[in-house]
Amino acid sequence: MTPFNYLLAKDADEASALSISNTKAKFLAGGTNLIDLMKENVTRPDTLIDINKLAAFKSITEHEDGGLRLGALVKNADTAYDDRIQKRYPLLSQAILAGASAQLRNMASNGGNLLQRTRCYYFYDTATPCNKREPGTGCSALGGYNRIHAILGTSENCIAVFPSDMCVALAALGARINTHCVQGGRTIAFADFHRLPGDTPDIDNNLRTGELITSIDLPAESFNSHYSYLKLRDRTSYAFALVSVATALSLEGGLITDARLALGGLAHKPWRNTQAEDFLKNKEPNAKNFSDAADIILQEARGYEYNTFKIELAKRAIIRNGLTAANLQKL
Amino acid sequence: MSIEPQYFGKALSRVDGHAKVTGEAKYAAEFNSQDLLFGYIINSTITRGKIKRINPEKATALKGVIKVFTHENRDSTAWLNIKYADMDAPPGIPFKPLHNEEIKFNGQPVALVVAESFELARYAATLVDISYEVDSHETNLQSNISIARKPKKGLASIFKPAPPKPKGNAEKAFKNSAITASGKFVHGMEHHNPLEMFASTVVYEKDGKLTIYDKTQGAVNSQLYVANVFGKAFKKVRVISPFVGGAFGSGLRPQYQLFLAVMASLDLKRSVRVSMNRHQMFSFGHRPATVQNTRFGIDNNGRIQSLYHDAIGETSRYEDYSENVVNWANLIYPSKNVELDYKLVPLDVASPLDMRAPGGVTGLHPIECTIDELAYKAKIDPVEFRLLNYSDHDDSSGKPYSSKELKECFRQAGEKFGWEKRNPEPRSMVREGKLIGWGMAAGIWEALQLPARAEALLRADGKLIVSSATADIGTGTYTIMSQIAADCMGMSIDNVEFCLGDSDLPFAPVQGGSFTAATIGMAVQAACLGLQGRIIKQAKKIRPELFNIVNLEDLEFGGESLRLKGKSDISLLLSDIVASTGKKEMKSRNTGLPHVLKQRKYNRSAHSAVFVEVEVDEELGLVKVSRIVSAIAAGKIINPKTARSQILGGMVWGISKALHEESIMDHRIGKIMNSNLGEYHIPVNADIHDLEVIFVPEEDSIVNNLQIKGIGEIGIVGVPPAIANAIFHATGKRIYDLPVTLDKVMR
Repeated sequence: MTPFNYLLAKDADEASALSISNTKAKFLAGGTNLIDLMKENVTRPDTLIDINKLAAFKSITEHEDGGLRLGALVKNADTAYDDRIQKRYPLLSQAILAGASAQLRNMASNGGNLLQRTRCYYFYDTATPCNKREPGTGCSALGGYNRIHAILGTSENCIAVFPSDMCVALAALGARINTHCVQGGRTIAFADFHRLPGDTPDIDNNLRTGELITSIDLPAESFNSHYSYLKLRDRTSYAFALVSVATALSLEGGLITDARLALGGLAHKPWRNTQAEDFLKNKEPNAKNFSDAADIILQEARGYEYNTFKIELAKRAIIRNGLTAANLQKL
Repeated sequence: MSIEPQYFGKALSRVDGHAKVTGEAKYAAEFNSQDLLFGYIINSTITRGKIKRINPEKATALKGVIKVFTHENRDSTAWLNIKYADMDAPPGIPFKPLHNEEIKFNGQPVALVVAESFELARYAATLVDISYEVDSHETNLQSNISIARKPKKGLASIFKPAPPKPKGNAEKAFKNSAITASGKFVHGMEHHNPLEMFASTVVYEKDGKLTIYDKTQGAVNSQLYVANVFGKAFKKVRVISPFVGGAFGSGLRPQYQLFLAVMASLDLKRSVRVSMNRHQMFSFGHRPATVQNTRFGIDNNGRIQSLYHDAIGETSRYEDYSENVVNWANLIYPSKNVELDYKLVPLDVASPLDMRAPGGVTGLHPIECTIDELAYKAKIDPVEFRLLNYSDHDDSSGKPYSSKELKECFRQAGEKFGWEKRNPEPRSMVREGKLIGWGMAAGIWEALQLPARAEALLRADGKLIVSSATADIGTGTYTIMSQIAADCMGMSIDNVEFCLGDSDLPFAPVQGGSFTAATIGMAVQAACLGLQGRIIKQAKKIRPELFNIVNLEDLEFGGESLRLKGKSDISLLLSDIVASTGKKEMKSRNTGLPHVLKQRKYNRSAHSAVFVEVEVDEELGLVKVSRIVSAIAAGKIINPKTARSQILGGMVWGISKALHEESIMDHRIGKIMNSNLGEYHIPVNADIHDLEVIFVPEEDSIVNNLQIKGIGEIGIVGVPPAIANAIFHATGKRIYDLPVTLDKVMR
């Protein structure tokens, strides 16, 4: 770990200004991923700007449009166990609780969850080439051990996956991300927040320098009747998803009126395909229809040496989770 | 001579439990000394080649960085290779840290940065500039099978005998068998991940003596290594290791942090600590990858006619680490035609090292899965099939078993499990949409006893201090030795203290191989008997009128006293007897020797029967081990509580080996890529469900006087095949390679 300066920000303006004045600085919230990355020498910030004193971002509040606003510094655990979240957004609660361990969820913040970095072996190993860690050096995973890697939206520069569970549910729910910056804050649609690797796999998301996540807005439509989060992994807890699916449905008269399908563990960002969601509208929630929707999503999927199984697994997970969300089959 | 045992067989809590849960128990990296320096190890990033240049300038320029040790500036150590051979060294030339510029495996230590704080040393290590000349490497066992060869023989071969000569004609008998089953089984590497990582704190004493706190399974082994390698007199090196946070075989050999810490301490004449991080735990001994083949055949009556089992394991290019993988089949099952073969492929990897049930847990998986397949093909229940091919003698040597309650294990575990309700048809049992599989397997592990010494010391205040330089790697040595000593001396266990993990104590071999309970137990008993003799002699001296006339058989030790049997009024307090000598203590040092002449006529082994239930979600490939019942026949059980914990640990690791655990190597680089506990998957609590342990007691006067066999390995061996067999029963699919991950299960 490289020595660094530590600054405690008293408010969001100060945090943002400090970040703009020093591009080698990083914000510190829960630190559950950042500190690991520093210990592994993957990330070497010269300054940590501790934002944990920013009280304004520490609560969950009602939003005027009927949804909820999740403060960026609310802990993952407090979010998952919040009564309003459990009643109105159980899909989000389920997804958060499928991630990490109890101890990590107690420390990790909502804003930080959006910013966690891939767990690609090669990204973590500074002795191997990695375009995400050191642009231009190459992708070791492409011809390496890539069982946990992406099958959708990959590029020849990077096949890493985004590891969050929480974000898969947020993508399905169509959350929005609010930011603060001394140069002006904004609201970002969830689908526009994370990026595909393309030619710049080192850039995970579209946040600008000095821009700080303040909160996440959940829309009024909460899908609390027909929802399910399915996470498939190599052990029952404390492992990242090989494939995960967040499914949210609105049903009327036995037909799907609205469908949300977001996938985790398969791409550089939580994966949504509105074409597949539109396909499901006005259809029965049955295995055939979910299977067809899966085919739409996975038609561009591409397997690598060790992860081809993910294509078939993702399809089965989409079908199973769709039936579960429709209350037709248990997980 | 002593009264009925008061503690032997009782489920006592650990005597060191309080110290452990309160943090009072100190581990190797927790001992402090004034002005302690901290060493941080730099590991090779290449797999084979040479170090071209090491430039430490940027590191040494930092204030507080004392020195960067490399092969170029270290002091010379012993010249002879043999000096580097520890008690568990396989045939070959042991790895010598910082010996020269040559790189033999990825992660090889290449430099040690010593600084005034751990954090500084760790940071400085990132500034050391190392360039390499890279040679091509081979790390892939499966693509190098063709160069497999017989292992070299050495001292270690005594405990790991080569396969016996072929019997009959296995190939011909296989061809002529009515029913046959065969399989190719592939296991990946597994690395040691005890909770406590390796560390050595070397305290440099004023007189140049070294007091070393080391993580080890044998304080004497580390002492021997340090004295030999650094040319120190034994009395100038003391190794202390009172607590070990799990070891499972990893501490059977001194690890490289010990060498580096001692090297730095001697050079700098300062106290130094070197501890490994989790990545570095993947840079030394491991369970080797193996490829195995079985070909078994039976006649029309279901009797085994032919057993063929071969195994090829990986080893390093500098040592021939071998295991007993294939010698088990004919121990468990009689057959007139047997052929067993074991070979090694040397690769550019660190030498493998014993890991819980080395060889046994590797070999029993193919054996017990092939037996299961035969049972299915013959339409015989798997338990019935094993009873049909049951033997009271070891068919490979012709020797009878000293005891073998395996039948009773099958009966008790099967009954508890509810085996009779099983529908034998694969895919026939379903519960809540999941396929249910019931599978079983048998297990075996040898019951060994080695020579060891112990001391029993009785103080005038009535406290008994018993000691031996053995270890307690979490197995319960402190507790069970206190039980044995308290019983032997007829004392309350509260007045007994057992000391271990110190090279100054009477000699003990490394702790491993399931032999410690018997080995140290017999030494403790010998020391207590020696002490009893001295006590009786003194009693006769001070109260001749009471004790001179009686025979030894009329005396007993009980109630902290020496007394006449049946006459509790004729009794002397042990503390008074000690006090009467005018000295503070009486003691006896003795050797516990195995009764080799008696033992050699028998095969001495522990046995197990394991019954497993799995729930399989076939579509998604998910396997849940919902229930395991394991019955263990391992002689008499000293402490059912610590023993149960041992077996539970073995069962959990069995689940791990079957379903989760594997070191994943990128062969292009020659490096383990999942070298952390986030990606090296072992089961979490949510993966573990009902585990039940049954001990089937055995009478066995052959193994040793205490009739104990050891239980360190027997808990794991039968679990992976039982799980694989249960998965077959659930799905109708034989999956031969471990671990069975979801991609292998999904249909």
